[in-house]
This record gives sequence, C-alpha cells and structure tokens, in this order.
Amino acid sequence: MDLDIVELSRLQFAMTAMYHFLFVPLTLGLSVIVAIMETVYVMTGRPIWRQMTKFWGMLFGINFAIGVATGVTMEFQFGMNWSYFSHYVGDIFGAPLALEGLMAFFLEATFVGLFFFGWDKLSRVGHLTVTWLVAIGSNFSALWILIANGWMQNPVGAAFNPDTMRMEMTSFYEVMFNSVAQAKFVHTVSAGYVTAAVFVLGVSAWYLLKGRHVELARRSITVAASFGLASALSVVLLGDESGYDVSHNQKMKLAAIEGMWETEPAPAAFNLIGFPDQEARETHYTVKIPWVMGLIGTRSLTTELPGINELVVESENKIRSGIIGYDALMTIRKQRAETPPDVRQTFEDHGGNLGYAYLLKRYLDDPREATEAQIKLAANDTVPNVWPLFWSFRLMVALGFSFIAVMAYFFWRSSFRGQVYPRWALWGAVVIIPTPWVAAELGWVVAEYGRQPWTVDGVLPTALSVSHLSVADLLLTLAGFMIFYTVLFIVEMGLMLKFIRRGPVEDVEETEIWTTRHEHRLRTTDGKDPFAAMTTEQAP
Amino acid sequence: MILYELISYDALRVIWWLLLGVLLIGFALTDGFDMGVGVLLPFVAKTDIERRIAINTVGPVWEGNQVWFILGGGAIFAAWPPLYAVSFSGFYLAMFMILAALIVRPVAFKYRSKRDSAAWRSTWDWALFAGGAVPALIFGVAVGNVLQGVPFELTDDLFSRYEGAFHAKLLGLLNPFALLAGLLSLAMLTTHGAAWLSLKTEGPVAARARAIGTWCGLMTIAGYALAGLWLATGIAGYALTTEAVANGPSNPLYSEVVRTDNWLSAYAVRPWIALAPALGLLGMVMAVLGLRAGREGTTLLWSKLGIFGAISSVGLTMFPFLLPSSLDPRSSLTVWDASSSHQTLFVMLVATVIFMPLILAYTAWVYRVLWGKVTEADVTDSSSAY
Repeated sequence: MDLDIVELSRLQFAMTAMYHFLFVPLTLGLSVIVAIMETVYVMTGRPIWRQMTKFWGMLFGINFAIGVATGVTMEFQFGMNWSYFSHYVGDIFGAPLALEGLMAFFLEATFVGLFFFGWDKLSRVGHLTVTWLVAIGSNFSALWILIANGWMQNPVGAAFNPDTMRMEMTSFYEVMFNSVAQAKFVHTVSAGYVTAAVFVLGVSAWYLLKGRHVELARRSITVAASFGLASALSVVLLGDESGYDVSHNQKMKLAAIEGMWETEPAPAAFNLIGFPDQEARETHYTVKIPWVMGLIGTRSLTTELPGINELVVESENKIRSGIIGYDALMTIRKQRAETPPDVRQTFEDHGGNLGYAYLLKRYLDDPREATEAQIKLAANDTVPNVWPLFWSFRLMVALGFSFIAVMAYFFWRSSFRGQVYPRWALWGAVVIIPTPWVAAELGWVVAEYGRQPWTVDGVLPTALSVSHLSVADLLLTLAGFMIFYTVLFIVEMGLMLKFIRRGPVEDVEETEIWTTRHEHRLRTTDGKDPFAAMTTEQAP
Repeated sequence: MILYELISYDALRVIWWLLLGVLLIGFALTDGFDMGVGVLLPFVAKTDIERRIAINTVGPVWEGNQVWFILGGGAIFAAWPPLYAVSFSGFYLAMFMILAALIVRPVAFKYRSKRDSAAWRSTWDWALFAGGAVPALIFGVAVGNVLQGVPFELTDDLFSRYEGAFHAKLLGLLNPFALLAGLLSLAMLTTHGAAWLSLKTEGPVAARARAIGTWCGLMTIAGYALAGLWLATGIAGYALTTEAVANGPSNPLYSEVVRTDNWLSAYAVRPWIALAPALGLLGMVMAVLGLRAGREGTTLLWSKLGIFGAISSVGLTMFPFLLPSSLDPRSSLTVWDASSSHQTLFVMLVATVIFMPLILAYTAWVYRVLWGKVTEADVTDSSSAY
C-alpha cells in the first residue's frame, strides 16, 4: 500500500471535514435560537421579535448555504477516496447516511426555502412550524451522522462475513443505540448551541457598544445567555459521559489523551499539565491531580485504567490471534462450502481480531509470514501520536469551562441586573466569538486523530481503507478544494460582515403602533413603567 | 422469528433496484429543472430583473430538490456498497467536477443578489450556468460509459483497481458514444427547465424559454433515437453465464460474465420493457408540441414522462447489471451480487416506507404554498428573494 495515497487522503478528509464543521455548529445552534425567537413572536405578537427572527435568520441562511455545499463533499468522499472502507463497512455505515437523507436533509432543505420565502404566504403559526421543522431537521442530521461516526469509534452490532469479505450488520438496534453515538450526539449538538449562543452574544454586544439596535440586541443577549448557559453545562456533562464511554471501548485513546504510559494503581491521577515524549515513552514535568482520572474514566475508586505500554502488549496478542483468524479466512475463501468445521470454528474464535492482522499489511502482503520484529512494529502502530491529543483535549476542556463562566455571567446580568452590561464585558463577548469554533475543531482532532491507526476501531486500519488512485489524482482534487474553499470562505465572511454591519431592518413605526396599542399591558401592577427604570440606569 | 426474513433476499434486491431507479428519476425530475434553468439563465433572461425572476422560480425549492441527489448517493452507499465504492472512486475526476458544481451552485443562488455590483451578479450567473450544465453533461457521460462497461477489476479481497493513468481515466470517459449520451442528458434537462420556466414565468422570459426549449426538445428526440440505434448496432452487451444465485452472498466474483453482441437481446427476452422507450419518446414529442403551442401545465408533465422513460429504459435494458466491467467481465456488479446484506436492505426498506410518503406529502405541500407565477413584484417587494 502506498503511504503517500493514505497520507494525502487523510489530509484531504481532515481538511474538508474541519472546513465543513466551521459551518455546521452555527447551523445547529442558530436554527434553534431563531426558532425560539419566533416562538416568542408568535406568543406575544411583538413585532421586534419578528425583526429579530428575520435578522438572525438571514445570517443563518448565509451560513447554511456553505454548510450544505460542503456537506455534499463529505458524503461523496467516502466513495471517492476511501473505496475499500466503503466496501468493507458500507453495509453498516451507509445506512445511517441514507437515513440522514430520508429523515433530516429532506426536512431541513425542503422547509428552509419556505422559511425565507413563506413570510407572506403562511399564517404565523404555519411559519413557526416551518422554522421548527428546519431546526429539527438540522439536529436530526447531526444525530445520524454521529451514529455513523460513533460506529467507527465503537463498532457494535456487526460481524465479518467471509463470503462477502466485509462487515455486515447483525443488529440495527445496537448500531443505533450505541452508547458512544448517543453521548457524542448530545455533546456535539450542545457544542453547536454554545457556538451559536456565543455568536449571537458577541454580535449583539457589538451593537450595544455602538449604541445601535439596542432593543433588539438586549433581547438577543437574554436569549443567547440563557440558551447558552444550559448548552454549555450540557457540553461539559456529556463530554464527561463520552470520557466514561471511551474508557470502555477505546482504552488506547484515553491513555493517549492522558499521556499515561504505565498503568497506575487505581484511582489514577489526572495529568493537568505535562509534556508527552513519544520516543522516551514518558510524560515529563507533569502536574497531577490525584484520583480525578480514575473517577472520570471508571466512576469507581478501585478499577484500574491500563497505560499505553500495557495496551501495546495487548495489541501484540491480538495481532497474533488475528493472524490465526486470517489463516482460517484464507482456507474458507478457497474451500467455501467444503470448509472443515474446525476451520470455521478457528475463524469464529480469532476472526474478531482480523483487523489487527491487517495492521501488518503495511509491512508485507501476507500477514501469516510476518516476522517477530514486524509484529512488534505493528503493535507499536496502535499508539497514536500523544502530544497533539494531550494538548487538544486540555485546551478544549478549558474552553468548555470558560463558556460556562461567560454564559453564567451574562445570564446573571440579564436576569438580575436589569440587562445592563459593563463595556469591558461587552468587548469581551465580541473578542471571544471565534473560540467555540476552536473548541469544536479540537474536539474532532481528539476524536478522530485519537482513533488512529484505525478508520474503524479494531476492525479496519486507515492504511487499508483508501481507493486505487494516483498521487496526481489526489493532488489535483486537493488543490481544487483548497482554491474553492478559500474563495468561498472569503466570500462568506465578506457577506456575513456586510450584513452584520448593516444590521437588522427595524420597522420603528410598526413597533410604536404596537406599543401604544398594548400600553396598558406593559405596565406592572404598581402602575410603574418597567422600561423607565431601565433607561435611566442604562448609561454605564 | 427473525423479522427481516419476512421478505426474501432476492425480492429485497429487486425492490432496492427499483428504489434506486425511483431516486435517480426523482432527482432528474426535480433537480433536473433547476439545472435546466441554470443552463437557460444567460439566454432567456437579459435584464437583471428577468434573471432574478428566473432564479426565483427555483429559489425556494432547489435545496429540497438537490436532496434527491444526496439521498441517491446515500442510498447507493447503504443498499449497493460495492457500486458506491467502485463507481465513486472509478469516476474520480468526473465526480470531483460534479462536486465542484454542487458546491458552487448553492452558494451562487444564495449570494448572487446580495450585492449590487453588475460584475458580481454576472459572475454568479455564469456559476449557475456551469452548476447546471456540468452535472447534466457528466451524468449523461457516466451513463454512456456504464453501458459500454468501465475498466475496473476486483481483487480477491474485493478491492477495486482501475486501468490507466489519471488523465487517461478522464479522457477515456469522453468517447463518442458517452459524449452523445452527455449531450442527450444536457438537452433533456434543458428542455425540462424550459417547460418549468414557461409554467412559472410570463412575458419575454417564458417566450424565450419556449423557443429554446423547442429546439432542445427536438435535439433530445434525435439524440435518444440515435443512441438507441447505436446501442443496437455498435455497443457490445454483457450476460451472466453462470446461473444467477438471487439469494446468494454479495460477492461479484462468484459468478461468470461474458460479452455479448449487444444489449438489446433483453428486448427479445422481455418484450414488455419496450414500453419504457416508447413512453419516453411519447413524452419528449408531446413536450416539444406543448412548448410550441404554449401549453403550460401539461408540458411539464410530458417532459417528466420523457425523462422517466429515458432513464428507466437504460435500467431495464441492463438488468440485472448495475456496473459491467470491460477490463474483467467477471468483476461486473449485478443486482444479485452487489447489494447490502439481507438485514440492512430490510431495515432500510422499512425506513423508506415510513419516510418516503411523508417526504412526498410535505414536498407537495411546499409546492402548493409556492403555487403561481413569479413576477417582477414578487422579486422586488420581498427582502428574502434571491
């Protein structure tokens, strides 16, 4: 297998997936925020909430277009660059992708047109329904794609079929209710909600700083902060749930994230800071917090978490077992129906480790002829590169906790301090706009880079998953994507900034008419104007 | 009892072959007119307002329409994994060009009218043209190549390999028969777009669309007839020589395949399939007559019948072949040996039976809400129009 093809295919996938995920989180979150705003509009009838819906909806639309376009690339890329992967696991992996189309894409794509074009053609409730359907559709699509991705992390409900030389589904239920997938789904959509909340918060803060669209911005901050606080808490909680799941099925990933080379006595300490050294198999200058790792990973004080070195030995044993399975498979393939039952039995016993035998294909064609040295090399390959994982994870977690702090602060100011914000906090909100994207991308680095050397954990090595292509093919498409995506990014950012600078269309007259008509309802029982107090306190 | 054995494996394979057809035809019928409008845009609409009218006829629906294509890809992946693996990597650069078009098109719709500069708008108009013309052409070229067989072979591990360097791969696709198929597909979808514009617009845009559409419709008829003649005389077909094991495992190497004189022997075995090309030709002819006479609603329906007939005639002619291999006929993918497992096909069928009627219902509802012609007032009065 030509390693250049593998590296280029990986580079292309990483690039296009991370680019796609610049747009996905905002789509996920903003669709819900817009739907919440429109719900308030329909319930109260206040025109300002419709203006808010339309304004944030327009920014949603600009973002949505590229999200859709770059999503198509993802779906095609499995077949184009990863054809052996597509053959080998398509029987399981393809199903959630098709279901995503059936349940989610049709919903969001059919109704997103009406969201923009249906304002004058539908009743208020009718339009609100359309908006919610777009939000539900977007979130459903995240569910199905994460079920697919969750299966790559934790391949349950499937078995290898020697006749078809591929993995086949044995239980759709297990694939769908894969605990990894479910935790990942809530973690990921919550991250999307936080992204959108930070975006709405930051843009609104900028308006307040400039003294523009004050009414709209204040209300937007209230929505963003309350929605954002709940989501930020959910991200961290479900991140913890993911950590617990990983400790069961991806021990190597967990050990690498932790930079834990040797098995420690339970409960293991958490390395807050450290400098992992792949060569020396050691993490230098660690600052440890006792017990925490054991508690997160096992939720017990007595269960041990294996270190990297112990796991390498385990991999070695699995490779040896995989070679026996591979040998049995070759016999089955030759003799088909006439295969003696004992060979079938051998395959039953060792076929589960077939993927580990495939790790040897990087070094030789027939795993059965592998030397001791080659088996050792292949076992070492199961250790991912530790320091990027170690630091990506820590940065992501730090960002996750700071989002809770930011959202809690703005929630407090908006609920108990009369929606008055100090200027430094508003500037802070503007400055942190890009950070949720950084956290989301780091999350994918941890999840996907941490799964290496596998595309499907323990089942199919990355080096075997590619298509029969030439380097020229891959370089050409890589260059094409880079040019396209760069141009699109510039165009998108230009339009986004233009429309944020222009601001919402405020129909002042309509708002005033509505306010006069409903004045009696806007007064509190003691006869005071609730808005009067706020406007005098307003000047910071 | 194992639930999925309620429907036998071979029946599920045939059902999924039909569903594959439904998705491809669904895509051509809906996204087809979007692409046709894109191709026609520079020619039927001269002023900016005219262009915006033309774009806004498809503005609210193209996103939903495009999902037919995305779902088509997903369904091939789920129901026919070997077909997905071999065709997407085998037609590598062609697929990349389709992707490029599908990336540019959504963005062009969305962004075109967001700035006032004439150069900005004209650039995106040409992007819409390319976004319609390129996929329309390539889909036809791909079908033309599939009919002739594609140079791939499967190893014992079922890894697919292809013949030829990368540039040869792309140029190899552009042989005369495939080019004819490509032009046919382009003409057919442009006619479809013209029928749509004549229904959804009025005045000069509709008149120009009808004039161009009439010519494209005539080219479609001529191209389809010529392609049929060529198939009958100059293109070798494929046939299974071992008995098809319709319930067997999905391993293409378990069966033997040979080249035959031509594909059309299928019509001797199953004469009723001649209905497909007959309906196709009828639809194409009636669409041309409708465009000439200025009939609106029925013309679009006739054009749909034409597309339905043309695409199903290809599928029926090739049955049970999905993707024959010219390099190693034994590797050819057929309905009986390139599907997903029994259980996956069943699960996916259940999902389709539940969701497809829902999709059709709400799509129909959306079209009803948007019913009527798009006028200048619609475009200028609405802040959300493209």
